[in-house]
Order: sequence, then structure tokens, then C-alpha cells
Amino acid sequence: MNVRVIGALVLRQLYLYQRTPMRLVELMFWPLVDLVVWGNVTVFIQRNSSADFGAYVVFLIGALILWDVLFRAQQGVAISFLEDVWTRNLLNIFVAPVRTSEYLGATFTIGGLRILATFLVMSAVSWIGYRFNVFQLNWWLLPFFVNLMLFGWALGMISTALILRWGQAVESLAWAVPFLIQPFVAVFYRVEDMPAWTRPFAWCLPATPVFEGMRQVMQTGTADPTLLALAFGLNAVYLLLAGLLFSRVLRIVRTRGLLTKFATQ
Amino acid sequence: MPAHMHPDTREVILEARDLTRTFGGTTVLDRFSFRLHRGEVLGLLGANGAGKTTAMNCLLGLTLPTSGSVHAFGLPLESHRIAILGRANFSSTYTALPGNLLVEQNLRVFARLYGVPQPDRRIATLLDLLEISHLRRRVTGELSAGESTRVSLVKALLNDPELLMLDEPTASLDPDIADKVRTVIRTVQRERQIGILYTSHNMRDIEEVCDRVIFLHRGRAVCEGAPADIVARSSRQSLEEVFISIARDGEIIDAPAEATAP
Repeated sequence: MNVRVIGALVLRQLYLYQRTPMRLVELMFWPLVDLVVWGNVTVFIQRNSSADFGAYVVFLIGALILWDVLFRAQQGVAISFLEDVWTRNLLNIFVAPVRTSEYLGATFTIGGLRILATFLVMSAVSWIGYRFNVFQLNWWLLPFFVNLMLFGWALGMISTALILRWGQAVESLAWAVPFLIQPFVAVFYRVEDMPAWTRPFAWCLPATPVFEGMRQVMQTGTADPTLLALAFGLNAVYLLLAGLLFSRVLRIVRTRGLLTKFATQ
Repeated sequence: MPAHMHPDTREVILEARDLTRTFGGTTVLDRFSFRLHRGEVLGLLGANGAGKTTAMNCLLGLTLPTSGSVHAFGLPLESHRIAILGRANFSSTYTALPGNLLVEQNLRVFARLYGVPQPDRRIATLLDLLEISHLRRRVTGELSAGESTRVSLVKALLNDPELLMLDEPTASLDPDIADKVRTVIRTVQRERQIGILYTSHNMRDIEEVCDRVIFLHRGRAVCEGAPADIVARSSRQSLEEVFISIARDGEIIDAPAEATAP
């Protein structure tokens, strides 16, 4: 993997933000709207429930901030790819000396930068507006953060592979895929509160142990380490499968001659 | 031995061997073979659907051939794609540089992708060569078709390529700009001894720029040689007439010399 190549692809995205500052607004707008809505819901519940539950329910804000990590990571991969499609630049990239791993590496980096920006802003606003300190998760925050980012990257590769295979007709998958899994990863409720038949499926998704762990830390100050082990293990599997799927689809697309059709349509 | 069959002793920088591509039972490219030598401009001609674009895509590694192989600089494309693409470049009217960036930003990104030393200097030199230095700070998406094509050519020359593939580089240009572009291509090609694979529907382009051409018809190479030689060998008055004749009737002027070479 060549860092220079990844740097060049990242530079392109940074130029995009420099050229169109509205993108920064878009990057912050929806997370902040969500934060205000969920923050107000949390305050409402706190005022209308027991003191114990009121203290507990503040996890909703933490869940929202961590969910955004996953969502931004996935978007970083899928939207960066779509940017190249929309600007008819994809062929220029594919005929340049760019390895698939470098292309993906650049989208991961861009995703990472987007996450960092929104995470810092959301953390600050949640503290100022709702006295919620995401850093109360202490060192647990780091592995939670990393796991959600890894899963976001895996989902990003899967959505990109599907768009690559079926073309722009399915580009809405770039936004839909995270929300398809959201009901099953126990972001805003516990796994035990989910319908019984969905629970085995929930435990197959790496984000589930992260959100369960987050709630444990907020309640007890610590989490069951096996949850982290499960998240890392599942992420390893998902990243491997997503990488294989992406490579396989790229091969199919080249075999069927779809890449040029897709890139110039 | 006829003039068009004199063996070229220059280094072969691009070679297609029995390149065949089928799509759902239809053969779009049929055992297509050729060699491009260093410092040579080879035109790939044919009517729409003749197989030029498929051939170009196979040569760039964008589409995998059903059978046959592509070698560049003596290396198989499939296993040395990155090394080969680092020494080659491509420009097409069907691709664009991201329209929301400034021209210089786009060129800087590609200069970095190709590892161009002193990128700003190289960009300035090429913009000057193509007489578009004044576009440096312009938004790429706001350029005219002619300006855009010339910026794409700057991108294609950034890494000082040894092999250049140009897909209809003058398609959207007025005669004056097209002439300037042809002159630049020829100048750079002669100075740097670049091997160029060139597709165009403009026969004037072909006659001015190409040393040798291959006509494709229904995926097969049906005629090969220097443009003037082909016209001389045919019963036609011009290369354009030869083109029309092949496109309509698939008339084969002669057996392609290098197409059958091992």
C-alpha cells in the first residue's frame, strides 16, 4: 500500500470541502438535529420518570453519538465512491496506478476524518446543551469507537460493492444500509427488550455488543470484556467478508465490462 | 516485401495477443492482435460497435478479455497492472475531471497519484504547452468542451507517460483547437518517443497523427498499415472512403500483417 496514493485521494476530498463549505454544514447539520431531538426527548423522560431511570436514560445521547460514528464511517466509504461516479472521475482513478486497497484506504481515512469532526462537535454540543459527557465512558470509549468505525467500514465496502454491481439505480443503498441494521443493533434499547426472534441476529452484528457495553459502563462504570472481544471478533469476520465481496464484485464488474458503462453513464 | 510489412525493430511497448471478448454469446472482439512500438502512433479505427472501445478497455485493464492477453513493456497486464499504469496514461472524451475542483487542484491530485516530482512545475509547463495557463484557477466544471479536453490532456501527460491511450481526443474541439491539440500530441510524442494508441472518427486526425492504423470491423482487424499505404492499396480515394467502405461492407483490403504475428 502506497501512502502517497492514499494521500492524493484524501487530498481530493479535502479540496472538495475547501471548495464547497456547504459540505461542512451538511456534515454537521443532521447529527446536530438528531442530537437536539434526542437530547430533548431525554430531558422529557428524565423529568417524567423516577430519579434512577432518569439518570439511566441519558444513555440515549451517548447512543446517538456512537451511532453517528458507525454511520459516518460507512458514509465515508460509500459517498467517496459515489463522488467519483457522479463526477465521471471513476475511470481516471481506475486507469491510474491505484490499488483497490489504496482506494479503500483513502475512503477509510476520509471516513475517519468525518467521524472525528462530527464526534468532537456532537460531544461539545451534548455537554453544553444537556450536560452529557461522552468521555464519562473513560477508556472504554476508545475500543467502542474503534469497533463502530470498523463495522462502518465493512458496511461501507458492502454498500459500495452492491452499487458497483447494480449501478446508480441502487445508489440509495449508500444511505439505506446503516438504517437497515439499526433496528437490530440495540442502539436505543437493550437486546433483552427486542423481540426474541431478533436477538440471535442482533448478537451476530458487531455494533450490538458495543451499545450493550456502553450502557453497562454508564450504569456501572465498567463493561463485560467479553462484549469487546465479541465485537472485535465479529468485526474481523465482517471486514474479511466485506473485503472479499468487494474484490469479487470488482472482478465480476471487470469480467462483464460493467465498469466503463457504469463510470460513463 | 510491401512497405507496410517492413518489420519495426523498435521496442514493443504494448501488445495484444488474440484478444477475444464476448458478451452473452456475442463476440465483440475476435482474436485481435497487434503491437505498438515505442515512438509510434497507432490509430484504432472502426465504426460504432466495431470493438474499439472494448479493445481499449481490455488494454487498460478495465474489462477482462474472455481469452487472450495484453502485455505492456514486456509485462502481462493482469499481474503487473500497477507498474504498467504508472508508466502509461489515458484521456477520453467520455471521462471528466471532477467539475467542482479548480483545474490546478485536479492536476495536483493526479500529479500526486502518479508520483510526479515537482508537480507544480510540471503542471505549469504542460498548461503552457497546451496554451491554457490562464485556466489554472478556473473551476473545472465551468470549462468549455475544448478547454476541458485540453485539461484532460495535461492530466494524461503529467507522468511523462511512455504509453498514452487517447480516445477521441479531438471529438469536441473546433478545427483551430483540434489542430493545436494534434500539434502538441505530435510534438510531445516525437520529443519523448511516446507510444500512442489513438482512436478517432476524424480521418484528418488519423492522417495527420498516426503512423499506422488498424481497422476493426465486427471485432476483427481487417486492415492494417500506414494511412497513405492503405489508401494506395485500396480502390478508394481517401482514408474516409476506406473507413466508410469497411464500415458498410466489411471490405477487407488485405490480411493484417502484424495481426497474425506471434
